[in-house]
Amino acid sequence: MSPLILLLLAIGLGLVGWLAGRARAWSFRKSGPTRLASLPNYHGWYVALWIAIPVLIFVAVWSAIAPELVMQHVLAQPAAADLPAFGFQRQTILNEARAVATGDAMGVFNAEARGLVEPFREAIGRYDIVGIVVALVIAFAAGAFSFLRLRPDFRARNRVEKSVMAILLVASLVAILTTLGILASLVFETVRFFGMVSPLDFLFGTFWSPDPMSNAANPDGSRYGAIPLFWGTIFIGAIIAMVVAIPLGLMSAIYLTQYAPGRLRTWVKPALEILAGVPTVVYGYFAALTVAPFIRDLALAAGMSNPSSESALAAGLVMGVMIIPFVSSMADDSIAAVPAAMRDGSLAMGATHSETIRRVLVPAALPGIVAGVMLAISRAIGETMIVVMAASTAANLTANPLEAMTTVTVQIVAMLTGEGSFDHPATLSAFALGFVLFMVTLALNFIALRVVKRFREAYE
Amino acid sequence: MTVVHDNLEKTEAKMRAKDVSVYYGAKKAIDDVSIDIPTEYVTAFIGPSGCGKSTFLRTLNRMNDTIPSARVEGSIELDGDDIYSSGMDVVQLRARVGMVFQKPNPFPKSIYENIAYGPKIHGLAEGKDELDAVVERSLRRAGLWDEVKDRLQDSGTALSGGQQQRLCIARAIAVDPEVILMDEPCSALDPIATAKIEELIDELNGRYAIVIVTHSMQQAARVSQRTAFFHLGKMIEYGRTTDIFTTPLEQRTQDYITGRYG
Repeated sequence: MSPLILLLLAIGLGLVGWLAGRARAWSFRKSGPTRLASLPNYHGWYVALWIAIPVLIFVAVWSAIAPELVMQHVLAQPAAADLPAFGFQRQTILNEARAVATGDAMGVFNAEARGLVEPFREAIGRYDIVGIVVALVIAFAAGAFSFLRLRPDFRARNRVEKSVMAILLVASLVAILTTLGILASLVFETVRFFGMVSPLDFLFGTFWSPDPMSNAANPDGSRYGAIPLFWGTIFIGAIIAMVVAIPLGLMSAIYLTQYAPGRLRTWVKPALEILAGVPTVVYGYFAALTVAPFIRDLALAAGMSNPSSESALAAGLVMGVMIIPFVSSMADDSIAAVPAAMRDGSLAMGATHSETIRRVLVPAALPGIVAGVMLAISRAIGETMIVVMAASTAANLTANPLEAMTTVTVQIVAMLTGEGSFDHPATLSAFALGFVLFMVTLALNFIALRVVKRFREAYE
Repeated sequence: MTVVHDNLEKTEAKMRAKDVSVYYGAKKAIDDVSIDIPTEYVTAFIGPSGCGKSTFLRTLNRMNDTIPSARVEGSIELDGDDIYSSGMDVVQLRARVGMVFQKPNPFPKSIYENIAYGPKIHGLAEGKDELDAVVERSLRRAGLWDEVKDRLQDSGTALSGGQQQRLCIARAIAVDPEVILMDEPCSALDPIATAKIEELIDELNGRYAIVIVTHSMQQAARVSQRTAFFHLGKMIEYGRTTDIFTTPLEQRTQDYITGRYG
């Protein structure tokens, strides 16, 4: 509740600052013949930012430390003296009392909590007031400071633009820092896992069957061989899916850029891109309910005695269809980027349209096409939902696409939703798998971007 | 309405355009142009930007077919056969009427592959030895052989601009055309590279019928023996290059070559 009030307060005070700064700038203009160095609006923004940013920083800090201060205050009360010392129970009682005090809960379950409701209510109220007062003081001090700096020759615009740039920079850093944070958390858990199971067993073992119920202190490294998972991932994502996606994507890109009349192109291209927007869980249904049984029937008809209903082929085929837009749109862009002069040159030699496409356009666009394929592979091997629904959970090292196979992502889901405790190696193995997957997709993306960059330079 | 000088030597027309008009949609880009293209002489098309000289050039090997809205009326004959008739295969036509473009456009392949491209798709060479011979002959004719013979496997795009343009000429020669159309072939080149191309045009003259579109009147004067002046989609005047530049019959030609406009 209180951070929201402080937030509105910051915006309101900023608005006041904006009006005040602007009014002051206007008065400069009226009172003298001097020309303002910046427009009045910029003076307004200068004051507004000086008020809003310190207050927002305070709000962020305050909403982090205020609950702790409230807790300190409550624990110092005599009613807290007879709380149980045991952490879990104690925490439950405190949380209950706080929930009643803030109005989130109607009544208390533990009798001990009843006596604490009042101290909580009192502390929260007091710290709310403290927060608002401090925010007001900060706003007033910063506002007065910036307001008094305004002069006719004050360069408010330059400062406002600099701070806008800083805000934009922070916005772009959020995504990068989040990625680094994800990597750090993965690394931390992965190191813990490799403290229990040897990386050699993990990376090169061929038998995968972690037992979440086994003794966590003394895991059996031979059950953590991830090769079958890596193989399943590559077989489904990089082989079967690509056998579907590369020819279909490439051919549709060639048709759309070279043959399709303009009007058809305006319909087909967006329609193809809709494929990329279908939720993967819907593809998963399609794979599990339609394609997998169909392939099983085919296998039966072909004379297989006991075909699996969770074949690698079903998951791979559907994944390939999902990936088509990625391949085709990259191929489309890079074929369209080949200079028209190249095409004319070939046609003027008496080459037919299809010879021109085969021998000039596609080779010239190849780097872009390769990059698109690599991005598609990294997308396919990280894909989770289709394989969770359509592939099996049984690790199986085979090259027969009609057999059941599992992938890295399926095992991550299985291990994290399993029954093992959080610090059991079977659970932690999910992080090691995630880490390997992350590194592989990162490498693929990196290579793809490098290839695209080199190819961009080729025609400039 | 085209003024044709009456002192021209009698020549056999390799290509003959009669009453040709070209439309882009509803807009008329070329208006009723008739001209004979001989093999004995280099023909230059001059005129201010947007006068239609490049458009007309591109009708001669049907490159305007690649522009969906373009439409051609009238007739253009190559050795007496109408190139816009249904019996004419555009692939065969373009093999007989080659083209060199304004900006050098070598394929992003090796020098060797750039030249071998045409002979391969038209099946002109049998076996590796014959192909090697075609590549060498074409590069020699284009005056490029000595510069590139030791690096035939390097990329064609790694050559200098002038070398790239000569590579494109060699590429056109490799399919043994009868006519070579050049669309401002030197506009992207420096004076030295330009001089080499002009020298090359002189050497090729007589073996192929050559038509060159150029912005530079000096260039037209240097390389051509016949000149056609285009203005606003019409061919205004056609005659010997020396006559066009010294004693033009039309006022507009006179104005253009004396630099009054253009």
